[in-house]
Amino acid sequence: MNPVVNVTRKEPMSSKVTNVVLAGLGGQGVLKGTDILAVAALRAGFDVKKSEIKGMSQRGGSVTGDVRFGAEVFSPMVPAGEADFLVVLEPTQVTPNQHLLRPGGVIINPEAVEADLLPNKRSLNVALLGALSAHLPIPEDVWLAALREGFAETFFADNQQAFLIGRRAQRAATTA
Amino acid sequence: MNDQNKQLLSGDEAIALGALHAGVSLGAGYPGTPSTEILEAFAEYGGQAQWSPNEKVALEVAIGAAFGGARALCTMKHVGLNVASDALFTAAYTGVSGALVVVSADDPGMASSQNEQDNRRYAVAAGLPMLEPSDSQEAYDFTLAAMELSERWKIPVLLRVTTRVCHSYTVVQPRPAAGPVRQGSFERDIKTRVMIPAYARPAHRRLRQKLAEMEVWNETSSFNKVVKGGKLLGIITSGISFMHVREAAPDASVLKLGFTHPLPMKKIEAFVKSVDRCIVIEEGDPFLVEAIRAAGLRVEGKAEMYRFGELDVPRVRRILNYDLTPETPKPPGKPPQLCDACQYRIVFESLRKRDCIVAGDIGCYTLGVLQPFEAIDSCVCMGASLGVGLGMRHVLPPDQAKRVVSVIGDSTFVHSGITGLVEMVYNPPATGHVLIILDNSTTAMTGHQEHPGTGRKLNHEPTNKFVLEDLARALGLKRVFVIEPRFGSQEFDELLDDCLKRNELSVIIARRPCILIAKQLKAYEKRDEPRCECDQKGANVVQSN
Repeated sequence: MNPVVNVTRKEPMSSKVTNVVLAGLGGQGVLKGTDILAVAALRAGFDVKKSEIKGMSQRGGSVTGDVRFGAEVFSPMVPAGEADFLVVLEPTQVTPNQHLLRPGGVIINPEAVEADLLPNKRSLNVALLGALSAHLPIPEDVWLAALREGFAETFFADNQQAFLIGRRAQRAATTA
Repeated sequence: MNDQNKQLLSGDEAIALGALHAGVSLGAGYPGTPSTEILEAFAEYGGQAQWSPNEKVALEVAIGAAFGGARALCTMKHVGLNVASDALFTAAYTGVSGALVVVSADDPGMASSQNEQDNRRYAVAAGLPMLEPSDSQEAYDFTLAAMELSERWKIPVLLRVTTRVCHSYTVVQPRPAAGPVRQGSFERDIKTRVMIPAYARPAHRRLRQKLAEMEVWNETSSFNKVVKGGKLLGIITSGISFMHVREAAPDASVLKLGFTHPLPMKKIEAFVKSVDRCIVIEEGDPFLVEAIRAAGLRVEGKAEMYRFGELDVPRVRRILNYDLTPETPKPPGKPPQLCDACQYRIVFESLRKRDCIVAGDIGCYTLGVLQPFEAIDSCVCMGASLGVGLGMRHVLPPDQAKRVVSVIGDSTFVHSGITGLVEMVYNPPATGHVLIILDNSTTAMTGHQEHPGTGRKLNHEPTNKFVLEDLARALGLKRVFVIEPRFGSQEFDELLDDCLKRNELSVIIARRPCILIAKQLKAYEKRDEPRCECDQKGANVVQSN
């Protein structure tokens, strides 16, 4: 399995489009994850596009969602080999999606967070978003507002906690 | 611009919001990926939306609303327009009094469809104006504009979108709503709306006249834009392809066509002449390139290999570079499958064990074709399981014919299985036939929409319920069984064996609510339970004793 790799990338991201792909299996919350990310990027002042394929994938099959943000975004789909970040909710989904990553791109997989620390196992998608957030030019308060927008009151607290766990773990890993 | 109003909407949601802001009185359709969310969003925003039994009925309802002077929206996936096309072609002749916008959501690449037909062909075949948005902002703007065009020219307008436009979320800046929903009002206009040959002949001429006028109008319309770039390369494109083109060739000049039938050929000619190399980049069929070449203009098209599947930025780069080398296939992901506790598993296991010849249909249960069952032998279109199964029964030798079974879901049965059942009663094969209706009380594959058999409307409120077994019995069928398939029980196997061995017509309704929404269904049932006789009306009176 791939560890969290190559976190040295520190180029300014405001001038170019940032490409993120979330991947997992139907029911894992891939699309919820891309929703939150896209709203956070929008509220942070970027142009945003998000693309997903629904339908047959709802029955437990592979699901991916693309989010692209920057000054101006054209195609809603992340071109193969151009993803800056690949966030994978299920280890088996690394192989089918690795080709999307650009050379030097970052994979964030479930090992980025300690599953036992999560208030709810189903918050893995949001915890990995937290890990992703450590790499992105979106302020924490904007992320938390996007979470509040994306979840009903009863689920918000758990998801906020999961997000912060992922965010802190990744920050610790990148500064170590 | 007020950034506070900016919203991140899917193309489907943007169409719904556009319809709401255009004062649409009624939205009708049938669920189908990638169009389903349009009417769901329209209802959520406060519009009046309904699922009809199928797309043809939905379009007829929408035509009626437009005859009544209202603005109507009709939504469906690309193959749905095949079902609705009978109404569509003649509605082009009659025209409308209010407004009618028909959304065709095409699925290039077949993310969730049985074919990748290009419905831009319908605009030409039926003689309808067509708009093609490229993102959610345009989906919103074009929906509003399509309503205005429809009203101005008194003609249905085809709003053609694709999976990536429907299911991509992009930023939308909505306008203020146009105003309240208009009340319908009937004005008699027999010669326009009654298509007997004597009235249809002039109606056809009127249609061609409207198209000729619209073509002139479209030459200067704001739907078609030139993005000024270099002179070396010019690209003509439409829909989502425009976005891929802008990214793949940022220096090229681009003619972006938003109003793609009738085409503004003078504008296209001027563009072609303004650049050294001109290439048409479009997803699917060579629709634009053929029309432009037929007008005598020299343009390049894409190589045939790019006709298949969706376009994306890398593929557009390949087209521009004349790259004909084989493309790397995408690594296989995990295919979808029937849920572990799904009732269909029991049925398909039973069919597989008996080596049945299964005429299948469209829905979750089409997944019965995959391992471990591989128990579907055909899947053509909505409702085809009945006709195809009967046709096989008619011609196969008896030992094979007796193994033929038609399998269809509840929503699909209501959509277009009913006439197949009438066919079964009317032209029974010598060996009889076995129809299995897999009734999971929802339209599961498209995301659990209601249908007439659930007894609930689009918004999940109760309505009259269509009872499948009552219909089968009313058609004169004697052998109609309702059974709940259960794991570990032989009951279903025994019933199937009994039906297969007889030379009679049998209908087995395998009924068990979809496990994914079982909880929700229970909640609806509890909500709709009659509390006492006094608050019940009409046919649903339940005796208190």
